Amino acid sequence: MTVTSPSLAVRGLAYAYPDGTQALFGVDLTIARGERVALLGPNGAGKTTLVMHLNGILTAGHGTVEVAGLPVRADTLREIRRRVGLVFQDPDDQLFMPTVREDVAFGPANLGIRGDELDRRVRDALGRVGMLGALDRPPHHLSFGQRRRVAVATVLAMEPEILVLDEPSSNLDPASRRELADILSGLDVTVLMVTHDLPYALELCERSLILSGGVIAADGPTRELLADADLLAAHRLELPYGFAVPAHPS
Amino acid sequence: MSAGHHHQLYRAGDSPVHRLPPQCKLLAVAAFAVAVVATPRDRLWAFAVYAVLLAAVAAAARVPAGFVLRRMVIEVPFVLFAVVIPLVGTGERVAVLGVPLSVPGLWAAWNILAKATLGVAASILLAATTEPRTLLLGAERLRLPRLLVQIATFMLRYMDVILDQMRRMRIARESRGFVARDLRQAPVLAKSAGALFIRAYERGERVHLAMLSRGYAGEMPIIRDLSASRRDWGLAVLLPVLAAATAVLSWSLA
Ligand SMILES: Nc1ncnc2c1ncn2[C@@H]1O[C@H](COP(=O)(O)OP(=O)(O)OP(=O)(O)O)[C@@H](O)[C@H]1O
Ligand SMILES: [Mg+2]
Repeated sequence: MTVTSPSLAVRGLAYAYPDGTQALFGVDLTIARGERVALLGPNGAGKTTLVMHLNGILTAGHGTVEVAGLPVRADTLREIRRRVGLVFQDPDDQLFMPTVREDVAFGPANLGIRGDELDRRVRDALGRVGMLGALDRPPHHLSFGQRRRVAVATVLAMEPEILVLDEPSSNLDPASRRELADILSGLDVTVLMVTHDLPYALELCERSLILSGGVIAADGPTRELLADADLLAAHRLELPYGFAVPAHPS
Repeated sequence: MSAGHHHQLYRAGDSPVHRLPPQCKLLAVAAFAVAVVATPRDRLWAFAVYAVLLAAVAAAARVPAGFVLRRMVIEVPFVLFAVVIPLVGTGERVAVLGVPLSVPGLWAAWNILAKATLGVAASILLAATTEPRTLLLGAERLRLPRLLVQIATFMLRYMDVILDQMRRMRIARESRGFVARDLRQAPVLAKSAGALFIRAYERGERVHLAMLSRGYAGEMPIIRDLSASRRDWGLAVLLPVLAAATAVLSWSLA
């Protein structure tokens, strides 16, 4: 691994589910260190399938995935999972321990971290998402937005190279959505964010990718992609009613 | 309902009993129960001593008697069982309020009732002073099978999620006019139960993926170190040692 390797490099990635459904037909993408990129695409485009390849939950039928220069392979999985922090869509899937503290500690503890260093990581990660006060609470007593934030903390505690979020703004009320945006924009890690929320992509990510029919159909500045009505229509993407892409960054 | 009703047994506090590491308390309760069970049933004074010991623990833990008594309802099946034995028992009979009761039956009933009551009260005290989560960590430290402890840990976490799902499914059924009146509605309920099972199963798969994503490799990492000091053990053995002494006495003082 060299300092200049991109955070994420996917080449020619194709995948078919065991039942024969071909979900990805050759995906190519590169994300440089420190970039925040949105992955857009209609339902069934293969976004979740792609995300599952990034930390080796699914293994490529064809093609390669590299995280900071390290290829995803059976023998690198441990290090890959440290480098790729995956935040699942439903925080109840992500938060499986009886207390917030134990949940955030789960990842780093699996990396062999113990004692004071473990405690420091847990506090640090919860502090970054503003949830330090929930340290000893059970996750199911938190509000949905709080749970989503704790879910982000669980992967931040692993100090990942790249943070991958599947639909981070779904089911959040406007205030929680805003708080999460503030947290995400304040992080200094590479971010890949799967979303249907186009204004959210515009707000948080300079660059967007459109995944459609199992291939990358467009790749460019979010502002330009969202201003292209024909492109959006061709891939079943729609801006919310009354929303127009502002001419200048706000 | 989702406010965690399985936590009701726990009563937050900061007494010496609360502060003891869970594995000490678990062992103490188990040893106490052994001593109680080993006591001959006709040594009434020994049972009085056990009751006093538990009362002392409750006082040290600042758990009021009412709190324990209200949670003793789980003992009701034992009580019912015990009531039946003197009625159906054989052997010598004695009339109580005109009802002829079997004397060996009465002794058998007393044996079950007294021992079950002491055991249940000790367990309630344990649960009242130890958070469910810590209890499981204690079980893990005592080398109980890891798989069982893990299963119980997940039950603890997902109980509310699943109960909530059940409630939402019930509301969805009822808001579409379903009323469970008699057996004819059973197929609908069975299908709901099936759907609930599948959802729980799929949840399990997704949770497993989430665990893998964070480096899970088959073993739960040790996150909270709950080591017990000599002092902790010294304090914890008080109850079982006194109980064991009582049991030994009850055997020798015929
Ligand atoms: N476990 C599975 N077995 C078979 N096919 C699957 C499985 N999971 C997904 N698929 C199929 O793969 C394709 C891509 O699904 P994927 O979940 O990646 O889409 P997505 O872009 O995440 O959609 P959404 O926006 O709805 O989340 C779909 O056609 C889907 O039906
Ligand atoms: Mg998806």
